[in-house]
Parts: sequence; C-alpha cells; structure tokens
Amino acid sequence: MAEIAELKSVNEQGEVVTCACAMGDLSDFESVPVDRRVLVIGGGITGITAAIDLGNAGYKVVMVERLPSVGGRMLQLSETFPTLDCAQCTLTPRTVESGQHPNVTLKTSCEVEGLEGEPGNFKFLIRQKPTYVDWNKCTGCGTCVEKCPSKGFALFERDAGRMPAIYTLSPQAVPNKPQIDPDRCRFLTRGKCGVCSKVCPVGAIDYEQQESFFTIEAGAVIVATGFDIYDWKKLMPEYGGGRIPDVIDGLTMERYLSASGPTAGKMVRPSDGKTPKEVVFIQCVASRNPEFHKSYCSRLCCMYTAKHARLYKHKVHDGQAYIFYIDIRSTGKGYEQFIQQSVSEEGIVYIRGRAAKLYQKDDKVMVQGADTLTGKKIEIAADLVVLAAAIVPNEGSEKLARILGIECNKDGFFVEENYKFAPVMSGRQGVYLAGCCQGAKDIADSAAQGSAAASRVQVFLSSYRNRMNREAV
Amino acid sequence: MKTIISGDQIKSDFINRVSEISGENFFNCYQCGNCSAGCPSVDEMDLLPSQVVRYLQLGLAEEVKNCKSMWVCAACTMCHARCPKGVDISKIMEALRVLRLREVNAQPRVDLTDFSQDYLERAPQIAIISGCRKFLPL
Amino acid sequence: MRYSYFPGCTLYTKAKKLDDAGRECSLKLGFELDELPDWTCCGATFPLVNDQHMLMSGPTRILADTKDRGDDKLVALCSVCYNVLKRTNHVMLNDEERRAKITDFIERDYHGEVEVLHYLQVLRDEIGFDALKEKVVKPLEGLKVACYYGCLLLRPVKEIGLDRMENPTIFEDFIRALGAEPVDFPFKIECCGAFQTVNSMATATRCSREILSNAVQNGADLVITTCPLCQFNLDDRQPEILKEDPAFTTIPVFYFTQLLAVALGLDSGNLGFERNFINPLELLQEKGLV
Repeated sequence: MAEIAELKSVNEQGEVVTCACAMGDLSDFESVPVDRRVLVIGGGITGITAAIDLGNAGYKVVMVERLPSVGGRMLQLSETFPTLDCAQCTLTPRTVESGQHPNVTLKTSCEVEGLEGEPGNFKFLIRQKPTYVDWNKCTGCGTCVEKCPSKGFALFERDAGRMPAIYTLSPQAVPNKPQIDPDRCRFLTRGKCGVCSKVCPVGAIDYEQQESFFTIEAGAVIVATGFDIYDWKKLMPEYGGGRIPDVIDGLTMERYLSASGPTAGKMVRPSDGKTPKEVVFIQCVASRNPEFHKSYCSRLCCMYTAKHARLYKHKVHDGQAYIFYIDIRSTGKGYEQFIQQSVSEEGIVYIRGRAAKLYQKDDKVMVQGADTLTGKKIEIAADLVVLAAAIVPNEGSEKLARILGIECNKDGFFVEENYKFAPVMSGRQGVYLAGCCQGAKDIADSAAQGSAAASRVQVFLSSYRNRMNREAV
Repeated sequence: MKTIISGDQIKSDFINRVSEISGENFFNCYQCGNCSAGCPSVDEMDLLPSQVVRYLQLGLAEEVKNCKSMWVCAACTMCHARCPKGVDISKIMEALRVLRLREVNAQPRVDLTDFSQDYLERAPQIAIISGCRKFLPL
Repeated sequence: MRYSYFPGCTLYTKAKKLDDAGRECSLKLGFELDELPDWTCCGATFPLVNDQHMLMSGPTRILADTKDRGDDKLVALCSVCYNVLKRTNHVMLNDEERRAKITDFIERDYHGEVEVLHYLQVLRDEIGFDALKEKVVKPLEGLKVACYYGCLLLRPVKEIGLDRMENPTIFEDFIRALGAEPVDFPFKIECCGAFQTVNSMATATRCSREILSNAVQNGADLVITTCPLCQFNLDDRQPEILKEDPAFTTIPVFYFTQLLAVALGLDSGNLGFERNFINPLELLQEKGLV
C-alpha cells in the first residue's frame, strides 16, 4: 500500500513537470528504482498503448521512437476499418496522452544501439540522432516548415506528395517540433540556403548538431517496432518495378485519402494529377508467395483494400473500383459485414484471381489478370493501380534482435515464446514483443498486444521485486 | 449439370500418372489464377491453365483428357516463372499431351501435308521439329 | 579465346544470317567459334515430362562431344538450342538417376562438365560490353531498338540463369554498347507462340501482333531477337496481321548478330536481310548505317 501512495505522489509531481518529460528529460524517469522503469521501443499505436498502460499502472516509461514524432504507421492512415473512423482523430488523443503523461518520457529520433545487464536491470545504449533543431528553444511555430524551399520525396508521404526538408510528420505531431532531413536539406548538403535559420524567431536551428549517445536503465523492455511495406518497386518488375508512376502501394493510397495528406484528401493520381476513373486494387502482392516473395498472409490487406475502394468511391462517385483477390480474410469483429457491404452496396467489383503483369500503354496502366470464377483472362485499362503489398518488419529488426538477444524468423519478424499462450513473450525474460514486429496484425490486435505486453511486464517486474526482496532478507 | 466426384476418381491411375510424369503435385496450387493471367495462349484455350489444374485436383480425368488447352500451350513457361507455389504447368500440359499421344489409337495433331511448300520453305527447322515432337503420336 | 560452337540445324539453313554474322563478328571481336565436328540436332524441344529420356540423348551427346574434345565451354547462338542444351546439362549435373539412364544408353561418360554459354553471354562476361563498345566502328546512333528476349533465352531462370526473368537487361546493355537506344518494351519477355505456329497459327499471329504492337507503341524502329523461331513468327506473321488490321504498323525483325555486324562495320551485303518479310535495309539506309 505504501508503494502505491508513493507512486501517486510521484504521479502528481510528474504532471507539474510534463513539459520536461516531453522534451526528453530523464530525471523524472530516473527518480524511481530501476525495477519500476520500462523501455518501450517504437512509438506506434502498439508502443503508445503499452506505455500509457504502464504509466497508468505507476511505472515510469521511456518510449524511444526512430522518427521525430510518435504515432507510427497510424499517422499515415486515412480512416480505419471497419468503422471508417478518422485515423488522426482516434490516434491524436493517444499520442497527446503519451506526450503529456507524467510517467511517460518520449525520446524521439532515437534508436537502441546496445544492451547490457540482465532482466530486471537492463542498461540500454541509445543513439540520439541530430534533429538540427534545438527543441528546448523551438516553440513549434512552423514558420521554418512553411518557408523551406526544398520540397522533395519523403518516405512518409510515399508517392503521394512532397515534403519540405524541415518538417513535422503531422499538424498534430507529438512532440510538435520539426526536424531537418539531412539528405534533402540544401544547407546540410550544399552549404547554401539557411532559410529556416533566418526565419526562426527564436534561433533554434542548429546545423552543427551532432548525434549523441546516452543510456537508459530499465527493468524490462517492450519491442514494438512495427512494420514496413515490401519493397515491391525493387523486387516486383512484373508490376512495373516502380517505373509506372500510376502504380502505387496501399500506404501511398492512405496518404492520398488522408485529409491531412499532401492532397488534403483529394483523390488524384501521381502521373498527371487527374482524377482516376478506373482503379484496380490488387491483393496478395508478394504475400502468399513462398516461391518468390513472402509465404505468409499479410492479414490486413483484405480489409484495407475494401476500405480503400470504398473511400475512393466516396470521393469519386462515378469511378469504378475493381479488386483482384484470391480469398477474403475478414475474421475480425464486424469485418465480414464491412466486406459484404463493400460488395453489395458500394459498387465495387471483386475479381477472383491475381494480376500477373502491369504495363504502361499511353496514359493507362494495363492490368493482365484472370477471373477464375468465369474462367476468363481479364484485361483492364486502369487509371490507377493500388498494390496491397506484403507487410514486412521494419528495417533494422535483425540488428535489434541481436542487440536484445532475441530471435527473428526468416522473414525478420521477432519470434514469440509461444504463439498461443505467450504471444508477447520473446523467449528472453524481461523482453516483450507487441504489434506488427511479431507478425502482421491490424490496429485492434496491435493495441491488444500492447496492453498484453504491458501486463506481462508488470507480472515480471513485480515477481522480480519480490524475489529481490526475499533474497535481501 | 451435376458432376460427381469421389476419392477413387481423385486417386485414379490417369490422374496419378499425370502427376508422376510431370513431377508436379497439383495440390500445391491454391488457384490464384496468376498462370492464367499471364498465359499467352488463353485466347485459344477452352480451360484456363489454372482450371486444368483444378480439374486434376478434382480428379475429372475425362474433361482434362479432352480439353483443347494442352494442345495450344506453347510451353513458354511463363506460368511456372510466376507461380507463387512453383507449379510448372508447362510440365502438366506436356504430360497430358504425351499421355494422349501414347494412346493406342492416337491420331497426329498436325498434318505436315497441310502446309504449303512455300510455308515449309520459310519455316525454320526448329518450328517443324518441335511441332512434330509436340503433336505427333509417340 | 576459342570456344566450341554448336550452330544447330536452323542456323545452317533458314537462319544462316544469324550464324554468318555471328561468326564474322566473333573474329572481329577476337574470339573463335570452333564448330563441333559431326554434330547432330539438339532435338529442338526439351522434354518436359520426366520419362522421355530419349529426347535428351541427342543433346547429351553434343555435350559429351564437347567434353571429349577437351573443351569446358560450348557456345550456342540459337535460343532453342541454347535452352535445350542448358536444360539437359542441368539434368546431367543434378539428377543422378536420369543422368545414369541417358549416359548408359548413349554409352558416354558425362556428368555435366560443360558450361553452355549463349553468344550474348560471351559478349557480356568474357569480352565485356565496354570492350565491345571500343570495337564499334559505326555506332548505331538514332536507332531505337526493341530487344525481344522471348522465352527460351531466359526461362526457367533457375536452370538457365542468363538474366532476371521479368526485366532482363543483357540485351539492352548490348544494344547500348553498339550505340543504339533500347526502348522500354514491356512485351520483351512474352511468348511469340513458338511451335504453335505449326498447330495453332492463330496463337502465333496474335502473340506476334501483341509483341510487335507493343514495340511500335514504345517507339521502336526495329525488333531484334536471338531466336530463329521468334524471328520467323514475328516477321512471317506480319502479312497476316496486316490482313486482320490494315492499320497495323509493320516493323523489321532481325537477328542481334546482324545488327552487331553493322556496328562493327562488316559487309552488310552478306547479311541476308532480303530474306525478311519486312526488309530492314531501307531503315538502316535511312539512318545512314549501311
């Protein structure tokens, strides 16, 4: 009982120093014993869920995130199935809560580089990448972002639009401070420009910033490093290998459909900015393909493809959407109804078969497909093709596995101790897995695993404390 | 029209023989249709390549034996080159062809006397030789 | 450099221009194609079922002859021969049971020792396209070329391994070395209908039409190929395609060695363009290349 009361008081104190927490000051985190501290790697919806749960339970959490703000893949999404809620609207309260939570400290633009110690008493080496912006000075006014003359390709916007070299990932980014992309910044690459530095009212731009290292001591760690999209541009020449501009992937489609995306939610196609009237969606791209790509089902694609086609139809009423599918896997609550509605009420034509090849013909993308139900080879002259490419672990998962002493399978997903009964346990005590880094899953399942991992951490740390206490006696 | 299928049919000698000499397990195929989507000969086929495999999965030997598809397959192997499960349909088509051409009363599928002298003069040997090997009784 | 060379039946007759130009160019490029003595037909088809061992006895004998001559490399120019020899050799290397059956039958000792090379592979891997570029006396500037691979030069990739299946580049790299411009040509790996030309001619006509139209749409002046069967279908089907579609744009189709000979400044009069339905001479003259 005494412990809980003590934590509560810390809690209240924490609220006073919220800003310091958000800026990444570790003094509050370090104010409790190491067996009450947890590191969460990855600031997506999974990591956020775990961090908030642990924070609410009275643990001190540091959440490290590779990108400049938390939110993860959900930040890129438009609306989410099966309810078609706005992703930003459901995500933002959670990112804000993680940023303001008295027990949660965000360390963005950071990556885990090393691990020492043992379960219950880990010591992590963290690399802080330069943001080239002094966040203690920056007020987040956004003038630099507005004035930056160097707009270019950015992974976050995928093929849907360009981004300034100094940027935040969203208007409601947490933390809402910009960072400079050193590969695209004219000053950092060519020594010329300096516009952001000139317009910053508080002198926060710091081109000299260097990477730095620090350590975090924590009793346990949750790995929630998320997913990426299979590199179909490099590995699937049959779909144009990235050379056909109007062939995009599902994540790019999200950016087009997103109200906060580069087109403000206007549905256009990359090549000429025209509204696509014939849109072909292809499921199982690189998934379920043990011979050449990935053997597993990526689990999300059936649902998000139906969602894409619906959102497209909501924006382009006279447009025609086609979906090449092999099987429909809609096993979540309300998912099958969502699919049924897409088929019967939204005028989307489902074609049972795969598309073998895409090629450019004049301003169309020709789709060579088959409909196995009628036994016909199908050709569609599409304005836009959207590929539901396989879900793969984020880059660097193998390296992180080595650092943490856990296992990856051949596809790079972290291996759980027992898929049925211990899906969030890594096989190494004190190290827990959650979300897509363990295998493809949707938001609902990812958040559930975030909570499950948070619960497992508490079980572990309290039994660890009890053991230590007994040994001390 | 109803079609009766049974375990005996699925395991019949003909079906087993196709599997044996082609070296292909039909049950590797999950009917995604990628082979059919990329097949250059589909216009002249009565069954899509994926349907040929489907009929074999169901043990529908007679339908398969009498299909046209095997005879217009050009063995270009595009189906195999893209099959997510590595099924080589060109081998299955060849197995179907040779089993037909090995039947006691097998008839030639091409008649060289049909071709004009002019055509035969223009056509390369490899066309004639490979054509004979694919279409004449063995 | 000297290689054992297997010309094959068609290169002695209908595709003599492929062979003549290939040999002439090899001398200019400093390698010798030493024709295998007493060679027989390769069979023109690789047996796709695993109980047709007889069809592999011919190509196995050709490979064993190469080995017995003391050579470990055999060059082919024709895609069909290349494919049959290469796939047969794959069996000889990897399938002990079938190898034993075939070598016992032809009474030869052969274990897949010979490496089967395509002429293009010699240019790429042994001569080098950079060195080839140095030898070019008449760069094919302004010539837009559709490099047609077809099937047999590439597939099956695991057995042939010349280049990637979906977007191979060896042919385009070769064309660039000659100073010409390869066009983006999505149908470069589609089938021309192959031997269906003697059975289902409609298939060959339709396939050829799709391939050629795709080449024309992408701005090609001409199509080059390594295969006499492809060359035949793509060239010979054009009158038929024109009948079906008078708006069809005809396009010359000829062998890569012929173009190589032009670039190397060899006597184009010997190249036999007159055999083509669509004679490329006019085009080459227009471009100032002959």
